[in-house]
Amino acid sequence: MEGTPIGRRVFIGILGVGAVGVLWGAKAQDWLEKSVAPLVSKDGTGLSSLLPIGRFRIYTVTGSLPSKSKASYRLKVEGLVDAPFTLTYEELRALPATKFTKDFQCVTGWRVHDVAWQGVLLSDLLDKAGVQPNAKAIRFKSFDGTYTESLTLEQARRKDVIVAYEMEGDDISDEHGGPVRLYVAPMYGYKSIKWLDAIELTKKVEPGYWEHYGYDVDGWVGRSNGRDDEST
Amino acid sequence: MAATTNPPDAGVRPDDARIERFDRVERITHWVNAVLFGIVMLTGSVLYIGQLSVIVGNREIVRTLHVYCGLAILVAFLIAYSPRWGRSLRKDFSRINRWSQDDKRWFRTMGKDKLVRLGKFNSSQKLNAAFVVAAALVMVGTGSIMKWFEPFPIDVRTGATFVHDWFAFFVWAAVIGHIWFAFADPEALRAMWRGSVTVRWAKQHAPRWYEETTGENDNPTE
Repeated sequence: MEGTPIGRRVFIGILGVGAVGVLWGAKAQDWLEKSVAPLVSKDGTGLSSLLPIGRFRIYTVTGSLPSKSKASYRLKVEGLVDAPFTLTYEELRALPATKFTKDFQCVTGWRVHDVAWQGVLLSDLLDKAGVQPNAKAIRFKSFDGTYTESLTLEQARRKDVIVAYEMEGDDISDEHGGPVRLYVAPMYGYKSIKWLDAIELTKKVEPGYWEHYGYDVDGWVGRSNGRDDEST
Repeated sequence: MAATTNPPDAGVRPDDARIERFDRVERITHWVNAVLFGIVMLTGSVLYIGQLSVIVGNREIVRTLHVYCGLAILVAFLIAYSPRWGRSLRKDFSRINRWSQDDKRWFRTMGKDKLVRLGKFNSSQKLNAAFVVAAALVMVGTGSIMKWFEPFPIDVRTGATFVHDWFAFFVWAAVIGHIWFAFADPEALRAMWRGSVTVRWAKQHAPRWYEETTGENDNPTE
């Protein structure tokens, strides 16, 4: 058949774009998050928030999206503590609040800039329970029934690690891990366990869900998982 | 709908006679893919847009549907393309591949040039087909990396997600455009539903294909 094989060129070209995107997409995304995301967040229509730039992507490791009402929510602090306790949502909110605005950086590359967080300092909850001398680490459990995470005691006592109940001025929704989640500001998102159910003091660090799949246990942004993101 | 380049009585076939444009295999393939595309696009939106995923729930079911309907697109296509059934599909693919001088001219003038005489497809249709087939492969490839991620380094997983997200927008645009043009030309839509078009339509939209299929030379000036 005569004529220029433009169809084949387009076909191969698009496969090429796809392949290059897979190999270099991490870098391209990084650049987009830095340069375009701030503009997207200023768009009043909210339409551009649909674009895959500077937006949260929702990952779950279980079948359905976990959901719990504020009324039925309970937070347990247990393990190697003097006085284990359970808090209702309202009791948690009644504790002294900490607010700050920091980025959320995912280990898969996307970053959401300037997220306003509010919650209770994790170290306040630890003090309230009374950490025993042999406790060196913390294990977090999610009420999705599957996800777990960990921190050393030293990491947990940082002033930028909170048990969060508000995000961007609103209650934390189901898809973002509400009603209560952890936010570990200096680390990649997988450390900030969603749908927080229990905080258990342990003798040593027990690697969490993703760490069994090769993620670093100490998930510092920019200094782990072979990535060099700007710190949060 | 009078043909502009031909006298109304040209040719031996009456204008209302029908000639086959798409055979049964092509039509079945098209509608199977249409349903599968509909499912992957809707389930994909549910997975992507947080507010929708909250409303719909059942994430596991949505994800499973999305993944396996996506793979089914590839399987359906391969079956249709097989030596046993896909004769006319393969012929159309070689038509889609090749752009004649008229195709290029049609593309440059966005169909305004009435002297252009097209074959079975116009160049936008050719472009759309080449894009959608390639994009479908890219979606299956990147989606597979996202689904079976264990052997891949984090950067590749990120890249696959990045490509999958962006391509989804272009696929949506292409599919919406495709449906739009189909409804704008009911005869073309009917060809994909019942298989045939009128001689009138063929002479007007695809004169070279009309000549090739019927053996009639419909253009006395040539």
